[in-house]
Amino acid sequence: MIRALRILAANPMSLIGLLLVSIIILAATFAPLLAPYPTHNGAIVDFAYANKAPNARNWMGTDLVGRDIFSRILYAFRISLTLGVVVLAIAAPVGTAIGLLAGYVGGWVGAVLMRIVDVFLSIPPLVLAIAMMGVLEPTLTNAMLAVTVMWWPWYARLVYSIARAEREEGYVLAAEVMGAGTPHIAFREILPNCLPAIVTKMTLDMGFVIIIASSLSFLGLGVQPPTPDLGSMVAEGARYLPDSWWLTVFPGLAILVAVFGFNLLGDGLREILEVDE
Amino acid sequence: MTPILDIQNLKLSFKSMGHKVDVLHGIDLFINAGEKVALVGESGSGKSVTARIVLGLLQEIRSAKISGDVSFNGTDTTSLSRKQHAALRGIEMSMIFQDPTSSLNPVFTIGHQFTEVLRRSNKNLSQAQCDQRATQLLNDVSIPDPQRVLSAYPFQLSGGMNQRVMIAMALSNQPSLLLADEPGTALDVSVQAQTLTLMRELVADYGTAVLLISHNLGVVREFADRVYVIYQGRIVEDGPTAAIFANPLHAYTQALMDAVPRIVGSGLPEVPEVSDAFLAPRISHGGAG
Repeated sequence: MIRALRILAANPMSLIGLLLVSIIILAATFAPLLAPYPTHNGAIVDFAYANKAPNARNWMGTDLVGRDIFSRILYAFRISLTLGVVVLAIAAPVGTAIGLLAGYVGGWVGAVLMRIVDVFLSIPPLVLAIAMMGVLEPTLTNAMLAVTVMWWPWYARLVYSIARAEREEGYVLAAEVMGAGTPHIAFREILPNCLPAIVTKMTLDMGFVIIIASSLSFLGLGVQPPTPDLGSMVAEGARYLPDSWWLTVFPGLAILVAVFGFNLLGDGLREILEVDE
Repeated sequence: MTPILDIQNLKLSFKSMGHKVDVLHGIDLFINAGEKVALVGESGSGKSVTARIVLGLLQEIRSAKISGDVSFNGTDTTSLSRKQHAALRGIEMSMIFQDPTSSLNPVFTIGHQFTEVLRRSNKNLSQAQCDQRATQLLNDVSIPDPQRVLSAYPFQLSGGMNQRVMIAMALSNQPSLLLADEPGTALDVSVQAQTLTLMRELVADYGTAVLLISHNLGVVREFADRVYVIYQGRIVEDGPTAAIFANPLHAYTQALMDAVPRIVGSGLPEVPEVSDAFLAPRISHGGAG
């Protein structure tokens, strides 16, 4: 733990990552307290202040119907983080279990599982998600579902390759000799050796999930208005560039900060946990 | 007296893509209770696969075709289900390997791994009981500070320490048979000598029979009561250690002994790589049983 903090402190970039991520998590958690106009996360119209550039009353300006952009970004972080956490909380365990099974058991079980994974990996991720959202109703739950379906194969692939290498380690043979069964060896012996890589990938992936989710809502396939979402905010404002620049620039910056923060933190974690590329 | 392990006419071949490779051509071998038997031969002669068949690990590989009898404690292991065979491992029979450090899982403490092994034979052991038993076992293998070792991770200990830990773990459920596959080959000679002495004392205390697999004749001579020499999947000579070393009769055994480099520095010995004489029939010196 102390060693972890020391490595983190010695690496200013990952410290910045930790700081950014903490700020975003705090902002999302306490959005109702921090937002100057908490009601603006819904269908509120205030045409008196519509489309105003940043000023003392609205630090990041207001959108086309007069809602405070800063308040809406704070609420949009909630959506992004929830989506990221839920997607990874499902995709990572599912992918890990499948990768472990395929990697340790091998044989035709492994071959079948990994070919299924390959099929998923061969479809460009965003295309798969767009196709799914085209069929499903565009809601937050379905957006999570679509992103999860395209995300788990990456974990299966990662864990499979580690499990394949670990399977040849002496301790696995020693465990077999001691009479341990397949579930015990896969989940109690090999899995702990995969955890650093999985945790690192999850941190790095938070940023990517946020981008994919924003892309979906940018295309109008994700979270629907009036719920604030960074992607749909950018999409709405895009038509009014460059005159009403604040409509796109601030939500865009918010995406940048979130993704940047998680990537820096992920890089730092990789160093602390000594994960090989 | 029924031997602990009795192997009769054991044959093994690997089959893949219609291509068959014979590995063992009918091995006969037995080990009595508490006896220390060595299986000596060069790389690829079939030493390790024999041990794996006894443990039931090779049976799980589809391409391995096994025939012959392997009885353990009077039960025919070929009639055991995979589950029943697995239940013997770690309790009735266990194994130690060449490289002790890689045989321990790097992410768990020694104490944690001891607990898991001890609970194999008795699920109801409390953490305190496991720790106490592990401490006692580590004392038995002359580890000076058991508490420190129990809370350490394998990579924090030296190879020699890990080897002792492995021996203690392998013997912790007091198995009737210990398979030692080139124990300590990955360690330096002085540590290897210590672990052998230790192992000899322990198996005598516990009454455990040992099948020592080695290519190191020095180790075999020091450790074993009886020796089997294996060449290309056949036993070529067997007998009490003293008799074999004093009077090796088979051409391959003679070549094996000649192949040991002497410390006096007369260069590496000239030994033929293959010879028809190596395939001569088995010579038995008799001995126990």
